Amino acid sequence: MILVVCEFDTKLKKSALEILGAAQRLEDSVTAVLLGTGAGGVALQAAQYASQVLVCEDALLVGAKNMAQAVSDLSEQAEATLVLMAGSRGGREIAPRVAVRLDAPYLEDATVLTNIEGGLQIQHYAYLARVTETLEAIAPIVVCSVKPNTQVVAEANSSAGEIFEVKLELTASGVTVLGRTVEKTSRVALTEASLVVTGGRGLGSPENFALIESLADVLGAGVGATRAAVDAGWRPYGEQVGQTGKTVQPNAYIAVGVSGAVQHLSGMGKSKNIVAINKDAEAPIFKVADYGIIGDLHAIMPALIEAAKKLRD
Amino acid sequence: MKILCLIRQVPDAEAKVKAALGKVDLDGATMALDGMDEYGVEQALRINEGGANTVAVALGNTRFEDAIRRSLAMGLERAVHIETDLLLDVVSQAQILKAVVLEEAPDLVFVGGQHADTDSQALGAALAEALGWNQITWTTELTLADGIAKATHDTDDGKESLELALPAIITTQQGLNEPRYPTLPNIMKAKKKEIRKTTPEQYGITNSKVRIVSQEIQERPRLNKLLDGKDPVTAANELIRLLHEEAKVI
Ligand SMILES: Cc1cc2nc3c(=O)[nH]c(=O)nc-3n(C[C@H](O)[C@H](O)[C@H](O)COP(=O)(O)OP(=O)(O)OC[C@H]3O[C@@H](n4cnc5c(N)ncnc54)[C@H](O)[C@@H]3O)c2cc1C
Ligand SMILES: Nc1ncnc2c1ncn2[C@@H]1O[C@H](COP(=O)(O)O)[C@@H](O)[C@H]1O
Repeated sequence: MILVVCEFDTKLKKSALEILGAAQRLEDSVTAVLLGTGAGGVALQAAQYASQVLVCEDALLVGAKNMAQAVSDLSEQAEATLVLMAGSRGGREIAPRVAVRLDAPYLEDATVLTNIEGGLQIQHYAYLARVTETLEAIAPIVVCSVKPNTQVVAEANSSAGEIFEVKLELTASGVTVLGRTVEKTSRVALTEASLVVTGGRGLGSPENFALIESLADVLGAGVGATRAAVDAGWRPYGEQVGQTGKTVQPNAYIAVGVSGAVQHLSGMGKSKNIVAINKDAEAPIFKVADYGIIGDLHAIMPALIEAAKKLRD
Repeated sequence: MKILCLIRQVPDAEAKVKAALGKVDLDGATMALDGMDEYGVEQALRINEGGANTVAVALGNTRFEDAIRRSLAMGLERAVHIETDLLLDVVSQAQILKAVVLEEAPDLVFVGGQHADTDSQALGAALAEALGWNQITWTTELTLADGIAKATHDTDDGKESLELALPAIITTQQGLNEPRYPTLPNIMKAKKKEIRKTTPEQYGITNSKVRIVSQEIQERPRLNKLLDGKDPVTAANELIRLLHEEAKVI
């Protein structure tokens, strides 16, 4: 049996549908777990994809420590052989704690999952995404987090799974949340966008990012930034792509005034098409580009926005 | 306050990573202290100015000594090197490091937010669980007073500020600080600082729960169709045409 820990807000998040999909392809018997305030509200949705749904709304289900205790307790009760979690920041904080509690092997940020006799084999990226590693773990129970946007989402089963409310014995975690800010964007979320336009230091000023935003709006793309642009205070951190920012894999990634440092490539190098606009023909970004223009972005971008508008209209 | 910094030696970001016969080959690659770990070392040195009661802890092969010396040259007081050629899974690493943390009894342990060799974010969380401690991940601001840590950290969709009691694990993120460069006198001094050596076997760990089956460099072949931008309008029209008709992405 596979225990799938689902992230949700008012519905299941895309990451949850992806790991439910991965679980369905590995095994018939799938248990979805919904933990925290609002869990009951998504139970019916989860029941479409799982043979059973475990729901707990305990108010103490906050923080990685308590979440990990809940997941490990439920996986033992359900006699799971595999625990799947989303490879979000939150998931990647909870999953290793679950593995420690279960004294189980932990496989992190899987892009491909394959059943093997007595365990699980996965692929994931290493060395700043320059290397693809195949790992395997053979054990009575394995814990695995799954990279977002790598799995086909789950399909509804012919009959809905049974829903159970469960009780957990938790104590206060000792962490107090003092405040929270959510970065909002009017554009498509960077990690879910099928097109991304990213600006780097080459833009020269925050005002010039209007060129990036205009092209993004004409194409319906998400907006990204390099660390250099974020550190300069030109763009919010939520837009940063790379090792210490977000990982994206759109159909086309358009990098403007971006040199293509390894730490940046590690967050976008798996994009299906890479497009670069840079005045330096030797910029490393051109080595990984499918298409590009060698030239001054101040001249190229207005022309590109016009050409994109013409195509759209 | 006593502070431990977990550090790793990783290929320099600019180093060309090679793989042969299904294994990464680091012979000849320039290695460096992981940039994410440097933030922790720097923060420790800002909390304990002068480096008193700051200890580097490294779990890895002989070559890790370079990274250890670098952290000592930045200013940490001494180091513990759990020396091994074993590539251990994160749960086994946490079991060993838990024992070292209990020996050293620090108030705070810094861990790099994501490691540049394994691309893993797991070590801080695994160690925190092994110790039964709380943790703050992706920390961008940290203040300490009266045994309480207040921190701001990055979440999936924004920021959060938190408060918790020490001892705790803090994993680092860019923005926490600007790591210093070691000065030449400090590089010299670091050569004489103590590195206590031990092995995983001393903590009862002899094998990994996870096996590396293969490591490959899978580079997606790229078309490299580069246009000259001397005539911006022609180049822009051609690029849009290629993206529409050939790549079919717009
Ligand atoms: C631990 C660590 C983590 C990091 N994490 C990240 C990360 O998550 N994301 C990230 O992006 N970086 C990260 N970095 C930083 C990374 O190493 C680079 O410094 C950064 O990506 C450079 O950003 P850039 O390409 O915008 O700037 P630059 O490297 O300065 O490149 C600017 C480019 O713009 C071009 N240009 C300038 N003017 C024009 C013009 N008029 N027209 C056209 N082109 C022009 C230049 O030719 C140049 O290629 C990290 C570094 C470290 C040490
Ligand atoms: N002030 C300094 N004096 C002497 N060597 C230094 C100094 N700063 C950095 N180094 C060394 O120069 C090399 C390159 O450092 P870096 O620029 O950090 O990659 C490293 O081996 C450092 O230890």
